[in-house]
Amino acid sequence: MTTSTNTIEHKVIHDVSPTRKLAIGISEVLIALLIFVVFALNVSGELTTRFVMTPGGINQGTMPDIVMPSQLTLFSLAGIVLAIGIFQLVKGFGKQTNLMVGIAGLFLMLAFLVWQAAGTSVNLAGMLSSAVLLAVPITLGAFSGILAERCGIVNISIEGMMLMASMTATIAGSLSKNIWVGLLGGIASSVLLALILGVLSIKFKVNQTISGTVINIFSAGMTGFISQKFLQMIPHLNQPTMFPRVPLPLLADIPLIGPILFNQNIFVYLMFIILIVLQVALFQTRWGLRFRSVGEHPKAADTLGIDVIKTRYIGVILSGVVAGIGGAFFTLGSVGRFDEGMTAGKGFIGLAAMIFGNWMPLGSLGAGLLFGFADSIGSKLSLLRSVIPPQFMAMAPYLITMIVLAGFIGKGQAPAAEGEPYEKE
Amino acid sequence: MFKEKKDPGQIFINEVNGEEPAEEKRKSSFWSKALIPLLAILTGLIIGALLIAVTNQTVWAAFGESFGTGISQAVKEIFTAYGALITGSLGDPSRIVQALGSGDATAIRRAFNPILESLVQATPYIFAGLAVAVGFRSGLFNIGVEGQLFIGAAAATYVGYSITGLPAYIHMPLAFLAGAAGGAFWAFIPGFLKAKTGGHEVINTIMMNWIAFRFTEWLLSGPMTRPGSGGLPLSPIIQDPAKIPQFFPSPIRFHAGFFIALIAAWLVWWLLFKTTWGLNLRTVGTNPRAARYAGLNTSKSIMIGMTLSGALAGMAGAVQILAVNHSMALGLSSGYGFDSIALALIGNNHPAGVILSSLLFGTLRNGATRMMVVSAIPIDIVDVIQAIILMFVAAPAIIRTIYRLRKPKHEEQQVFLSGWGGQS
Repeated sequence: MTTSTNTIEHKVIHDVSPTRKLAIGISEVLIALLIFVVFALNVSGELTTRFVMTPGGINQGTMPDIVMPSQLTLFSLAGIVLAIGIFQLVKGFGKQTNLMVGIAGLFLMLAFLVWQAAGTSVNLAGMLSSAVLLAVPITLGAFSGILAERCGIVNISIEGMMLMASMTATIAGSLSKNIWVGLLGGIASSVLLALILGVLSIKFKVNQTISGTVINIFSAGMTGFISQKFLQMIPHLNQPTMFPRVPLPLLADIPLIGPILFNQNIFVYLMFIILIVLQVALFQTRWGLRFRSVGEHPKAADTLGIDVIKTRYIGVILSGVVAGIGGAFFTLGSVGRFDEGMTAGKGFIGLAAMIFGNWMPLGSLGAGLLFGFADSIGSKLSLLRSVIPPQFMAMAPYLITMIVLAGFIGKGQAPAAEGEPYEKE
Repeated sequence: MFKEKKDPGQIFINEVNGEEPAEEKRKSSFWSKALIPLLAILTGLIIGALLIAVTNQTVWAAFGESFGTGISQAVKEIFTAYGALITGSLGDPSRIVQALGSGDATAIRRAFNPILESLVQATPYIFAGLAVAVGFRSGLFNIGVEGQLFIGAAAATYVGYSITGLPAYIHMPLAFLAGAAGGAFWAFIPGFLKAKTGGHEVINTIMMNWIAFRFTEWLLSGPMTRPGSGGLPLSPIIQDPAKIPQFFPSPIRFHAGFFIALIAAWLVWWLLFKTTWGLNLRTVGTNPRAARYAGLNTSKSIMIGMTLSGALAGMAGAVQILAVNHSMALGLSSGYGFDSIALALIGNNHPAGVILSSLLFGTLRNGATRMMVVSAIPIDIVDVIQAIILMFVAAPAIIRTIYRLRKPKHEEQQVFLSGWGGQS
């Protein structure tokens, strides 16, 4: 029998630190006030907002329009957000804090729409449908980040990988006249960059932020070079066919949800498949446990016979695969040709979505959808004849990213060993 | 000018880190320090040459005939391209000799224009490279130089055109400092966020870049637009007293800003290495935990470092507006912000090193313009070469393997950056 007494320290583990809890609560109350003062009080009582609940050009899963009294709706939205804020201040939501912030953000955007469209109509379903599509690169970027970071590699080169993949996908797709070859080409180029990142960060132990920057600069330069040298001279290199909308049988007929989620192109379905695979593989399997242990405590993992170096290479390569799919989305799933710098910071926003989602797949999807919704409001705003200059609306995703980073990154949420090269003793 | 005889700061940092004072290292000559960057640059240029050959259709056609003609065609293409790069950036030797022989002042100036133009190109690089170097020295990775440069340029432009009737010796410095203030303000925001909330500066500065682009786009097409520009994003031309003087008549653009950049580099060197203030900054930069134990205010240091970095970035924008462009358009920067990361790292984050690497990249950029005209090679090749050089500088082991160099006794770590959690 052991005679020594093991004292177990009982530490109170905060999911959210007290100051953060306070700050978040105050921000939520401020959002409620914003909805109340700026939106609700500026709408006359008799106006209504008509929400069209079927995206344009789709005839499956139709749903009648919803007409709502503008001011009353705004009052109730403000009330709900206020209740969330007060509960946050008094008691706190613990693990659900970020979810509640997300809901408050969603209501803020809805309130903005109701206010903008008071007296007219707005196609809410169309906006949500395009939000899901716009969320694809951000969410895949976040998944790519999770795969690298959960095993201890900070990957800020997702942006560069996506950019390279988007160009390679269009060239491979145009040359082979086969869209799947395009997708695979995109993935391959991204994996190649991921390998460089892996070799630099794991083998040569270069600071991971620097090695990521190397890849970002390289991608920007290389895609610019090839685009000017070849794509602009030989247009048929940049004319891939695009992945069509594929309505899923039965599911696409569900009103509202069908057109938004189940009548999209393959990238949206891939996003959901990767979500499920990631969630199960990381948190339900032995492989996932080992994988995460490398990101949290590589020395302990090594002692238990896990090959840290190999695991990290696998993580980086998988991160490259997912970033490659996200990159191919730009050319094969969204625009239909390559433009220089077309990723426009989506890879970095994906990292913010990952942080907002607490390095969890489902949370990252939620954050990605929120960013996508903000994006889609911004791009549809001109249709609403808004007084706000379009440049300011275009700033929204970037501003939200900064607010998310400032407010929601707590200590002890990120994998403990990320960013540190592993040295076997 | 930059010779360090004895650097108390470095000694203190070494003591704090529990390292032995690196006496040996200080004795090492300039060449041993410059060897890795020089070899990195050389290797980068070689890979660039391969890229030129591989992407050239006539070279493919020649390889179709036979291997020998393919090789000779490739070599020919590379020489044409790099030849254009050199004559475009340093001048054509025969033309210089001819001009000197003729004794015609205009001809001489024209012959020397390429090299003067390289100095013009190097000027914003010096400021931007210093900005990143100051960031790295304080433990901050400022990827936001591009955005800070835009805001600085916008501020300098506004002061430059909106105020009238000031004498040049007030108006010009005022506009220049307005640019510095604009950049400083733009960088202060992510610095503040990093210090107070731990929000990582890499993502925040990139987000600030995008916000800066949209913001200047709005400024230039709205409040700051040139009357009669028809909605094009273009600012009015700045007043004459606000202009930084150019030394020679057009088309030679060589201007006094180059010397302002050199003075700025000297000031940064003095601040970083000769003042207590700079010592604190560097201590926090190398080892924030130790600095905190030593009683230094790390969050203040982070904010100061970031703001100073942004001020230098703003100066890069201001000097371009006041000396070269004289009005602001959206195509102001050809990626100075991202180039400057490579510049700072190649220059070992030392002001003198930054000047040297800026001269190199100014020359490359200037020559690349000519190379594009002669060989139809997109300017983006400079970015590719830059990324490769940056990779080699960051991972010297690769260069050592290629050139069979011995490993030095102890390696100086270049940058100290933290993960997402912010402060350790």
